[in-house]
Amino acid sequence: MLMKALRTARLVETLFAKDIAQRATRDGYGDGLVEVGAKNPNVVVLCGDLKESTRAEWFEKKYPERFVECGISEQNMAAMAAGLALSGKIPFVATYAVFCPGRNWDQVRISICYQNANVKLSGAHAGISVGPDGATHQAMEDIAITRVLPNMTVIAPCDAEETRKAVHAAAEIRGPVYLRFARHKTPVFTTPKTPFRIGKALVLTEGSDAGIIACGPIVYSALEAARQLSEKGIGVRVIDMATVKPLDGATIQKAAWDTGAIVTAEEHQRHGGLGGAVAEALTSQGPVVPQEFVAMPDHFGESGQPDELLAHYGMDADALVAAVHRVIKRKRG
Amino acid sequence: MKPPHTLKELERIAAQIREDIIRMLVEAGSGHSAGPLDLADVFTALYFGGVLRHNPKKPDWPERDRLIMSNGHVAPVVYATLARAGYFPLKELRTLRKFGTRLQGHVDRSTPGPRAKWSKHLPGIENTAASLAQGIGIAVGTALAGVMDKKKWQVHCITSDGEHDEGSFWEAILFAGNRRLWNLTVIVDRNNIQIDGMTEDIAPLEPLRAKYEAFKWHVIDVDGHNIEQVIDACNEAKAIYEKPVAIIAHTIAGKGVSFMEYDYQWHGKPPDPEQAKQALRDLRSLRGQIVGEHE
Repeated sequence: MLMKALRTARLVETLFAKDIAQRATRDGYGDGLVEVGAKNPNVVVLCGDLKESTRAEWFEKKYPERFVECGISEQNMAAMAAGLALSGKIPFVATYAVFCPGRNWDQVRISICYQNANVKLSGAHAGISVGPDGATHQAMEDIAITRVLPNMTVIAPCDAEETRKAVHAAAEIRGPVYLRFARHKTPVFTTPKTPFRIGKALVLTEGSDAGIIACGPIVYSALEAARQLSEKGIGVRVIDMATVKPLDGATIQKAAWDTGAIVTAEEHQRHGGLGGAVAEALTSQGPVVPQEFVAMPDHFGESGQPDELLAHYGMDADALVAAVHRVIKRKRG
Repeated sequence: MKPPHTLKELERIAAQIREDIIRMLVEAGSGHSAGPLDLADVFTALYFGGVLRHNPKKPDWPERDRLIMSNGHVAPVVYATLARAGYFPLKELRTLRKFGTRLQGHVDRSTPGPRAKWSKHLPGIENTAASLAQGIGIAVGTALAGVMDKKKWQVHCITSDGEHDEGSFWEAILFAGNRRLWNLTVIVDRNNIQIDGMTEDIAPLEPLRAKYEAFKWHVIDVDGHNIEQVIDACNEAKAIYEKPVAIIAHTIAGKGVSFMEYDYQWHGKPPDPEQAKQALRDLRSLRGQIVGEHE
């Protein structure tokens, strides 16, 4: 039986077409900013000298009076965002993930999270798919250092469309949010009708042999892996866990009960990311099942093309297929 | 709010605040002495000298002037001033740094989590300040919000000289100068000490005035223990529309307590009960110059 996406997920019809639309998740961020800017006059955008590559520029063109160029000063940008939030604004902070929450984590911790300030942080250029810029610019630790913070919501959307929706959702909830997105173009496989809710995972395919729980553009690789495996008669449940915090524990538990074998997938270090969060959920709430981590193997990245890097460090569809085989083997003992 | 107090009364209030600080610190058994003592005159000027438009009965009044703290470790002077101004009962000062208190070790405007023992933040506190040089950024963001919304309220930010060591402090100063945030006044507690020694030995700040001016700020130097001068400088700052203003308040660390004055070792520790007695005696008698009847 060949894999089919669930109707409830409302994905694009031509999921595996060669000419599926490709768009970077950062483009979805840019669209989302312009839309929430139109909806809510309190939305302001702060940018750290990266308005073109974070797409914050799209907002600036529409609402120049609500765009704040902060220069290369991510620490002050985060503290200022807290001040703006305490005065009733909804600041979106746009820069690369290595700088925010990387460089300014102390400001994020105290001024934003501890004060529960209504600030929306945006980590652009997250993951190894940043490519040629190399290890310094590839944020592989940002999920770990944001999800550890009380009051923080952490979202890593799977495609441009989901990113757009996540921007809306972030603007609507009260409190700090970290949105993570990527530089390079990836398939747009969700549609405006695909459900999105903060804290609610989306089951994309059904299957009872193993579950893949993923966040970010690697979700599409998980679908590809599930298709390849279905050709061999292996049924995989693919779950888009866009919200890493608060984690949808019920969907994870159900997947573990139904499949007995879990693979987590993310463009992030294997320590402290989504995989860690899923393991925490399963070991504390049960059931404890074999889990394989598709993630960066405790290593820094390097320059290269996104696909080369994802293949080399084991974060592509092939790595997922292998991980599913491994986890099923472990399940069978 | 009109200044209802004469200079004599203001000086008396400042002395009272210093006594409160000593009592709070000795009761808490930990905390900072030098900074809170040397800022007592500045805080008296702000809250009792007619500088801040504020209302202790309506701490969240939208048109209030904002006092943003950047050196949150001087919490005792903030708490004592707010209590004396009527924001909360004086007796609550005794709870400083104790489990379940609203008077956290560093000024605090967090939203308590479900497990916290205290139920709401202390009235009159605008922000959380602890890790240095964050409050200045919050103040700049607050001032920016005021300018964006064409508000009339002013933002005052209290900073220590030591925290000028932080690189991010100057990020904020650069931004505010560039954006000409006219509604922002920074008051620098220039007491020349930090935890490990004298500021000019550790990371020299001078010429501090020239640094601010180079960042497009207007600078006013005042004697931080001359309440009248502090009030005048704050009013001058309000009248300057083209730039943010830095008031460098030259203070004596530990002001008012003979054995604490000028000594950096009192930056981060409280007096013990014996020392507290001596300190209170100093404060009541202007360092032994006047012997009161209660002695």
